[in-house]
Amino acid sequence: MIKVLVEKDSYYDSVFLMLIASEVKKVPGVEEAVVSMGTEINTELLREIGFGCPEIEEATPNDLIIAVEAEDDQTLEQAFEKARELFSRKKIQRESAEAYRPVSLDTALKMMPEANLIIVSVPGRYAFREARRALEGGLHVMLFSDNVSLKEEIELKRLAAEKGLLMMGPDCGTAVINGKPLCFANTVRRGGIGLVAASGTGLQEVTCCIDELGQGISQAIGTGGRDLRPEVGGTMMLMGIEALKGDPQTEVIVVISKPPAEAVARNVINRLEETGKPCVVHFIGLAGAGSSSQSTGRVLYAGNLEEAAGMAVALLQGRSYRPRTFTLAEAEVKRLVEQEVAGMSGRQKYLRGLFTGGTLADEALILFEREIGGVYSNIQTKPELLLPDPQRSKEHTIVDLGDDLFTQGRPHPMIDPTIRVDRLRKEMEDSEVAVLLLDCVLGYGSHPDPAGAMRDSIVRAKEKAKQRGGYLAVAASVTGTEADLQDLQEQREKLESAGCIVMPSNYQAAMLALRIIQKGGGS
Amino acid sequence: MSTKNMNVEKITELFSRDLIVINMGLEVFADTLKKEGGRVLPMDWRPPAGGNEKLSSLLKRLGR
Repeated sequence: MIKVLVEKDSYYDSVFLMLIASEVKKVPGVEEAVVSMGTEINTELLREIGFGCPEIEEATPNDLIIAVEAEDDQTLEQAFEKARELFSRKKIQRESAEAYRPVSLDTALKMMPEANLIIVSVPGRYAFREARRALEGGLHVMLFSDNVSLKEEIELKRLAAEKGLLMMGPDCGTAVINGKPLCFANTVRRGGIGLVAASGTGLQEVTCCIDELGQGISQAIGTGGRDLRPEVGGTMMLMGIEALKGDPQTEVIVVISKPPAEAVARNVINRLEETGKPCVVHFIGLAGAGSSSQSTGRVLYAGNLEEAAGMAVALLQGRSYRPRTFTLAEAEVKRLVEQEVAGMSGRQKYLRGLFTGGTLADEALILFEREIGGVYSNIQTKPELLLPDPQRSKEHTIVDLGDDLFTQGRPHPMIDPTIRVDRLRKEMEDSEVAVLLLDCVLGYGSHPDPAGAMRDSIVRAKEKAKQRGGYLAVAASVTGTEADLQDLQEQREKLESAGCIVMPSNYQAAMLALRIIQKGGGS
Repeated sequence: MSTKNMNVEKITELFSRDLIVINMGLEVFADTLKKEGGRVLPMDWRPPAGGNEKLSSLLKRLGR
């Protein structure tokens, strides 16, 4: 049974709507529920999954659509009742919280003329126009929205550079400005390390590792992932570095990005040298970086995200950095590896890395590609190793589950880990899997209990491996701080109680998984 | 893009002031800032021209 309701002129944001949909889906007997605005993409999706009807054909992006499929009339009624209850709760919350919420930016600026930054997270097609207006109005911009063209990004950054304003993004998920976490960020202590990063979860991992080492952040500026492309030229990265140079709180500067074009990289390094401050660069996966980090004057090259944090803290404390792979003693790592491979069957030989954080997936993929090669992924740069079907793993596989491939019409797995739980269900049926490698990202924006959300699936996966006469190893890391909303210690313990080995960083978890695979049953 | 003569005074000025934010879009980001004791004005953003694409592109061309 299907029922579709369209409510005219009733706009809600996508995160809120996805939460409603997942609550409605929990009503027993509901088979499918979609709650979304009537954009072209959404109505197409609704048609595809069998909710096509005349009402949705006339819907606009300002109209709310609630579509439910259930086993009978009564269940349908219960599902709509649930949705109505959640929407009315939201209305009451809105009315009691604020007097008036401006619809246009002009009005917002009149209401709060002293505002100095805007977070823009509207759908991509409207984002350019709104961000440009904000820059024209003199606001620094954090543009969370994606689906903004490269041409538009260049125009926005040119305007920002002209006006001397921050233009973080598009697709900028993380920043910490003046100690305030913006969008997906962790609550890190304040301190002397300033960062500019073209990577969201990379920035989260490094700031959390710095916090873990007892130091803090002055500013963490996100640039969006395309900033260091030749067409954009690293505009915001260079401006960020220049701003940190002039910031008296910033004693050490850290830069994180995927490897840029050579000319852009040279500009970044030159600009860092000119700051006169000690600097650390981590170009994720760049050949030449790694444990034998080389020093070019003031700029140190880090080989992984955790090392970038370690180097920055050493520089801040005026001591030299001692490279190391594991926090644990080597003998203890060996013991762990032997313990994990002991029960494996001869069939078990493959790694499955299931990531919610894009840069964390990158970091693991690059490590495994360098050490053993032949790793399938949805984010592979080698076409022959792109997963033929992203929904199914093949041999060694590392997936970034936050990729658009997986998130069409569904919340990002950092917000709602269902996508990963579903994937875990598939992996547990595969008798050739030896090691699971997982991330667990805490902080604002993230799920309130990401470890708890996957705990049962991990336990079940281990049981299934045991029933087949094997043993499934699980290596994980938690990206978070003691001050995050989710309890860091509790999150780690939840994973450990499921039989995971929880390492202090994503790099160490990936290294441990690598050692297990190299030593493991099938090799 | 030339960034040789970069003017970043407004950014360093931002670093020395209280952050005052306008939030346009996902409400959860305004909630975050409030929890952290930040000043934030949440907007009630809606697609321009009520989501009517034709009217919206007309307004865009008129520069509104």
